[in-house]
Amino acid sequence: MTLLGPSPMSAVPYENLSTFEAVQRGIRDAIGMPLLVLLCSMTAFGSLAREGGLTLDVALASTIGVWALPGQIVFVELHATGSEVAALVLAVSLANARFLPMVMSLLPLLRIDLKRVGWLYLYAHLLSAQSWAYCRRVFPRFPADRRRSYFLAFTLSILTISLAGTALGYILTGALPRPLAVALVLVNPLFMLLLLADSRNRAVILALIAGAVVGPLVHPYAPGWGMLFTGVVAGSAGFIVNRWLTTWRSS
Amino acid sequence: MADDVAVVMTPALDTWMLLLAAVGATYFWRGLAVPLSSRIDPESRVFEWMTCVTYALLAGLMSRMIVLPFGDLAATPLHDRIIAVGIGLAAFFVGRRNLLLGVGAGTSAFILLTFTQWGF
Repeated sequence: MTLLGPSPMSAVPYENLSTFEAVQRGIRDAIGMPLLVLLCSMTAFGSLAREGGLTLDVALASTIGVWALPGQIVFVELHATGSEVAALVLAVSLANARFLPMVMSLLPLLRIDLKRVGWLYLYAHLLSAQSWAYCRRVFPRFPADRRRSYFLAFTLSILTISLAGTALGYILTGALPRPLAVALVLVNPLFMLLLLADSRNRAVILALIAGAVVGPLVHPYAPGWGMLFTGVVAGSAGFIVNRWLTTWRSS
Repeated sequence: MADDVAVVMTPALDTWMLLLAAVGATYFWRGLAVPLSSRIDPESRVFEWMTCVTYALLAGLMSRMIVLPFGDLAATPLHDRIIAVGIGLAAFFVGRRNLLLGVGAGTSAFILLTFTQWGF
């Protein structure tokens, strides 16, 4: 049902969710579309890693340790070209700078009732674009003290799926017809765009449209900082225009 | 196919050190965000703005990956990618926001378009 349903969380009451049920929901959501999409995109990454001369253990370790596809791709490409460590650190770091706003706009929702703040450093590592998008759409209707269970179940499930995808792609390298192999790379950004677009919040919709337009325009001029710039400029534009529209309507 | 591409084989230890550097470079942002987020109230305007920034950033990143991709995808014509994503978005909204329908339609369209040019 999750796979075909219009949204990952359909008609289920949330108020009295037990920890076990929250974990169940997290795993069930992960086994829907994220499973399909991650098998595609991580398979593509596994193949890329092999073509870039990485061994399977390093490819798998990069999925666990970096846990961010754009950064992993940069790592493989720079490793293949024999790049300097300093250049690699800078490039990977810039490719993944988005985690600053991502973590800052999710952790406050997970922090509630937390006794040991140290866990937040683990949560920050487990976060990815998909888990961010899923949590943000699920959490508003989720009991605050069950969010962490959902988050851990979802993120650990998609991490496991991604490891399987990485290994599968590594083994299958070159076995897929080229139009299929190339299409695998398109699945993830397409899915993420749809997932993000499935929002009913006007400020968010405005920010999304602005971001989708500004991102590719800025990238050729600032391949490193471009995405962070896009987020701040397009996100602020969406936020401010939404406020204007709200005050304009009420006046 | 894999063997002829993998020319530069750095020694294994170097590779692990490079990976460690990449892990650190990524975790830097995640770790930095933990103390920075500790005073943000999820009900506040700041949090609302941060949410808009993240949505815009992710949309920008995904649209960049489609319009200006790295690797093999860059060998396909831009209009094919745009048409495929357009079909995916249309199918998604026509199908009452069904994610599988949107992703399936967009991806199938893209495979067909690429297939007609490259063959299998």
